[in-house]
Amino acid sequence: MKKSVPVAHESYPDTHHDNYSRTTFGFWLYIMSDFILFGALFAAYIVLSKSTFGGPAAKTLFKLPYNFLQTCIFLVSALTAGLGGASAHRKDKNKTLLFFAATFLLGVIFIGMQFNEFHRFSSGGNGWDQSAFLSAYFTLVGTHSIHVLFGLLWIIVLLLPVWNETGISHVSVRRLTCLRMFWQFLNIIWMLIFSFVYLMGAK
Amino acid sequence: MFGRLTLDAFKHDWIEYLAGVSMIFGAIFFIALITHYKRWGWLWKEWITSVDHKKIGVMYIIFSAIMLVKGLVDAVMMRAQQAFAVGDSMGYLGAEHYQQIFTAHGVTMIFFVGMGVVFGIINLVLPLQIGARDVAFPFLNNLSFWLFASGGMFILVSLMIGVYAGTGWTAYPPLSGLKYNPGVGVDYWLWSVQISGAGSLLSGINFLVTILKMRCPGMTLMRMPIFVWATLATMVLVVFAFPILTATAAMLSTDRLLDTHIFTAEFGGNPMMYINLFWAWGHPEVYILVLPAFGIFSEVVPVFSHKRLFGYTSMVWAIAAISFLSFIVWLHHFFTMGAGANVNAFFGIMTMIIGIPTGVKVFNWIFTMFRGRVRFTTPMYWFLGFIVIFTIGGMAGILMSIPAVDFQVHNSLFLIAHFHFVIIGGVLFGFFAGYSYWFPKFTGFKLNERLGKYAFWCWMIGFLLAFLPLYLLGFMGATRRLNQYDIPEWQPLFIVAGIGAMILFAGLGFQILQLIVSILKRNENRDLTGDPWNGRNLEWSTTSPPPFYNFAFIPEVHGRDAFWAQKHQKTQPILRKYEDIHMPKNTAMGFVIGSLSFLFGFGLIWHMFWLAILSAIGMIAGVIAHLYQKHPDYHLPAAEVAKIESRKQSV
Repeated sequence: MKKSVPVAHESYPDTHHDNYSRTTFGFWLYIMSDFILFGALFAAYIVLSKSTFGGPAAKTLFKLPYNFLQTCIFLVSALTAGLGGASAHRKDKNKTLLFFAATFLLGVIFIGMQFNEFHRFSSGGNGWDQSAFLSAYFTLVGTHSIHVLFGLLWIIVLLLPVWNETGISHVSVRRLTCLRMFWQFLNIIWMLIFSFVYLMGAK
Repeated sequence: MFGRLTLDAFKHDWIEYLAGVSMIFGAIFFIALITHYKRWGWLWKEWITSVDHKKIGVMYIIFSAIMLVKGLVDAVMMRAQQAFAVGDSMGYLGAEHYQQIFTAHGVTMIFFVGMGVVFGIINLVLPLQIGARDVAFPFLNNLSFWLFASGGMFILVSLMIGVYAGTGWTAYPPLSGLKYNPGVGVDYWLWSVQISGAGSLLSGINFLVTILKMRCPGMTLMRMPIFVWATLATMVLVVFAFPILTATAAMLSTDRLLDTHIFTAEFGGNPMMYINLFWAWGHPEVYILVLPAFGIFSEVVPVFSHKRLFGYTSMVWAIAAISFLSFIVWLHHFFTMGAGANVNAFFGIMTMIIGIPTGVKVFNWIFTMFRGRVRFTTPMYWFLGFIVIFTIGGMAGILMSIPAVDFQVHNSLFLIAHFHFVIIGGVLFGFFAGYSYWFPKFTGFKLNERLGKYAFWCWMIGFLLAFLPLYLLGFMGATRRLNQYDIPEWQPLFIVAGIGAMILFAGLGFQILQLIVSILKRNENRDLTGDPWNGRNLEWSTTSPPPFYNFAFIPEVHGRDAFWAQKHQKTQPILRKYEDIHMPKNTAMGFVIGSLSFLFGFGLIWHMFWLAILSAIGMIAGVIAHLYQKHPDYHLPAAEVAKIESRKQSV
């Protein structure tokens, strides 16, 4: 079994070289700030989750088995993203491509299911303009969906150079590490959405 | 094609035409000047696409200076209105126009003057103080500036095309919702705040990484200059607070664009939640503005007192305590909302507690001066003015932190006086101190001291005349944002305030004069040593102005006040050989993405959705193009470094 190769640190004395640790640390900070953004949206959702204005409540709208399946698919995609990131660190090009491609496919299925749910709500007369509860629901879950869409685009953008280059450059390793962090962050957010929106809503 | 942009959008009253025409003439004059001296290539290569933190800092400050002039003109116009509009007189400004002016004044001053000077000074000074050659992500730094600038452009453009928000700078719903404000004003507000906020967030991440990852060898956390500590705390606040603003503004946007009902008064929406979320960002924002100013004073006072800073450790802990507490006081902005006695009491007590670390800092500065050899230079004048004004303003704040008192003065001019005392006295005076202190570092010559002191006295006297009467007016019941009133007893105080605003404006005039005179007579005030004030920290150890790579050798640090120790050590420094320096390349992508973000916002404001979609695609394509760039940096050969260094020594 191949061992993980640590990325070279050359921070002393030329600080412009040490891109790896600076970028990943910066990315952690970005993820933290995005957590806060979702925190504000969660707060809004929790405040408004009972303000249905005479419309249907969460309990009648959500179908838990559907969302549970969606959650399982997304969780597997987090696993493949993690494996893909680890393969990139081991400079294993084929496995990196394979695992991130799997992440991409699972992500597409997940987002398809999500849009299907959005469609089911709005075509049933429960669009975001019907009540504060639905507005908050669409804003929170929709923001997550937009993040996933960006993640999917990002997978394509990062995999193309890996496909073309021989081996995996240290730049790609750095970027794929950030991508994997981002994808796992989206999973954590989804876990919170599943718990606070779907599970508590279906109660 | 043009959404809701019709010819009506260009119809304004004569005052707005005047402002618009003068802006257009200013732009034409600037373009003509650049063309005449054939400086377009220089402007593009040396400034617009530059990733050099020093140049980005200068651009921030120039942009903020323009916005400061605009914001001050707004202020003088409001005071002139209030001096006359009593009883039957309606003054010279219509109510519609007046409410846009007070909104634009607040947004301009907080987002584009306060934030601009803060990021300007941090950009200029911070990498030098930690002995780094640049920030962690130089491209991101350039992008942040252009996002900030494009946010500011919305305010200027709204003078000519359409209207600005008339809601006050906080844009509370339901007033700012679609039902009561269907026009473009609030949308201008939203996108100016949203886009510049994104820039601030990126800067926050950038500087946090810079401080934690790029300090020179030997500079442990507890050896950092206090300005660096203040910046570190500020950036933590930026990273924690700005996402809340982004989310809140985004939700208000969906309310207005997509017909959601998050903050509306009907369909179960909750406008009070907006006020909570807004101030959950808004109160940390106050400290984002003032902590760097505290940092500047902590640099200025020791240098001009010829003493090391009193109570370094307590300064650090005070900064940490302030930044923590700043997140649990937001409710004091709306005690009157009716959260209940216990909640109000908690937030009132927290607000009083936050005064303690602030007081610690004030005492530390005063003790630094105690038994020091104080030199009364311009930066020191600003500091002394700050101590007086800021302390009075802070006391007023403590008074208002008692909920029962706040019920009496809520939204009155007493409040206005309070926050102008702490923001002008704190942030602006802090910036002016830093401006005159660090000016020689980046230009190679000092500012004219005499004109600087004239400017200080105008600001000081003008400020007190303009804002002390507001405390009285607040007690007499005058509320904020009045364009007309019926009580003749108020008028004399308003007239005094108006005169104060004029004197204060004259102070700005002196500062412009000071800059011009200093540039013309620069040979008299040359700084050839790189250390004109007998400074204490690393920024003074390189030449004035510093080479673009800042330091030929990355400095090594063995304690606090690193440069002071270097100057006073007995042993000679070891001579080393020059080495290749790794530097980032300039990039146009920051400017391109920033400009596209302006078009994106403009498209959404005027409902030109094709424009918004195209520019969004353009921004994403720009980021991808930047990712695919092959060699974003280069090596400056050692021979080149040697040449630059020897040229400096022979000067």
